[in-house]
Amino acid sequence: MSRFISTERIFKNGAVGFLRNIWLAIAAIAMMAITLTILLFAVVANSTFRHTIADITSHIDVSVYLKDDVTSPQLNQLTGQLKGLPDVKSVSYVSKDQALKNYQQQNINNTDLLSAISETGNVLPASLTLKPTNPNNMQGIKTFLEKPEIQSLQSYPTSYSGDRKSAIDKITSATHFFEQAGVIGIVVFIIISMLIIFNTIRMAIFNRRDELVIMRLLGASPWYIRGPFIVETMIYGIIAAGISVGLCSALFAVASTTLQASSLGLLDINYANNFFTGHLLVISLAQVGIGILIGAASSALATKRYLKLNK
Amino acid sequence: MILLDRVTKTYNRRGSALERISLHVEPKEFVIIVGPSGAGKSTLFKLLTREEKPTSGKIIVGGMDYETLKDKDIPLLRRKIGVVFQDFKLLLNKNVAENIAFALEIAGISNAEIKHTVPRVIDLVNLKGKENNYPLELSGGERQRVAIARAIVRQPKILIADEPTGNLDPKHAWDVIRVLEKVNKYGTTVLLTTHNQDIVNTLKRRVVTINDGRIVSDRAVGQYKAS
Repeated sequence: MSRFISTERIFKNGAVGFLRNIWLAIAAIAMMAITLTILLFAVVANSTFRHTIADITSHIDVSVYLKDDVTSPQLNQLTGQLKGLPDVKSVSYVSKDQALKNYQQQNINNTDLLSAISETGNVLPASLTLKPTNPNNMQGIKTFLEKPEIQSLQSYPTSYSGDRKSAIDKITSATHFFEQAGVIGIVVFIIISMLIIFNTIRMAIFNRRDELVIMRLLGASPWYIRGPFIVETMIYGIIAAGISVGLCSALFAVASTTLQASSLGLLDINYANNFFTGHLLVISLAQVGIGILIGAASSALATKRYLKLNK
Repeated sequence: MILLDRVTKTYNRRGSALERISLHVEPKEFVIIVGPSGAGKSTLFKLLTREEKPTSGKIIVGGMDYETLKDKDIPLLRRKIGVVFQDFKLLLNKNVAENIAFALEIAGISNAEIKHTVPRVIDLVNLKGKENNYPLELSGGERQRVAIARAIVRQPKILIADEPTGNLDPKHAWDVIRVLEKVNKYGTTVLLTTHNQDIVNTLKRRVVTINDGRIVSDRAVGQYKAS
């Protein structure tokens, strides 16, 4: 019973201490809110980058253009061989007619081009479209397609979505860079937050030193003295998390309406917004958890350092 | 109740503050400790409240042997001893009732019990009607009585009062001493240090004189002549 009463009083005293210390606390809370916001942005941006890369990667394919005189058995044999390659995920056949239809579909607004096509007849080749299992390694496919007997079936050089591949490489390395920079940035901000909270609690301890001496002499247990300071900084964490989530909600709401859910290059705002709103509960809980952790850890250090509890 | 056996306390540079002090105080005794400034009275009190550890010797208070006392038991020890200081050590942002309740809150006493106990103690130290006053609104004597109320509210077996009248004029000093006598009458062992010759000689209690870190006299009904 007495332990329960003490715990209740530790929390109550922590809340009272927070209110008494509010002006000092504001700086610490603001810093922690910035840290949590950066962390949140990093998580959303990371997920968005990954989404973008996956999206582009799924569009990578290899087109093998066939000569018009390739016979049906030859085609079946080639398809079979390609399907047998470990690097090939799927093979689909696009006939000459289908190729023409696709072309017409893609250029439906270009009437000049369409009329030109209809006059010349179908010059488009039939093709096989391969999806690679790993877009970063297509060497096996390449080696196979460059064999002379396979080359002889092809009308045009193979298309590897080459430009896309190098773009993806660039995005991937940029993402890795941002990830690393993000981690370093977050660590730096967490350290700064902790230092500021540490200092805030140090000053709070200094302001209340008479009270703390009296508590000690009256026989308060170390946790009864220390607990309220830790509770106080846990409150910082909760408020900072609230500010951070609120700020980000507002930003995403504004961004998704003003940018009309358009794709801003790499950062698909629409996806980012959906990710944020879709994970709002988890994000909020994580923010509160991390906020509490940062706060409690810094004041645990400060109280250990500055409260002479065992005297 | 209190047993000191050849207790020595040495601070690094200043030499010994206490030198082989042996003292035995029975339950319900009222003992006055006198001696000039720097004689070692304050060191003795710090040893009893375990703010300091003796360099050598044995201290047993209320059955607790300080030698085997663990850090985590210190708060429990301090709850068994009531302490009153010359400078009161009251919380200025709490009123009289809250200051007294503070000692009970620390010990994990329920709010209902606090509500029940605090007014009785306020009554005991003759501060009825001042419950809601803040320390700075009180006279020195009244403040010291709040401090005594806070010290005795947990009904300790021992009350240690370190120069409680040091900052008070004679009238208020006597108010405080009367309260201490009352507390002693109800069964608490009282240890009092003072410089006040008049108080020592009027009380006619056991007087222990300390000088230069040693006990120079210990009389059942002592006299004191301040030098």
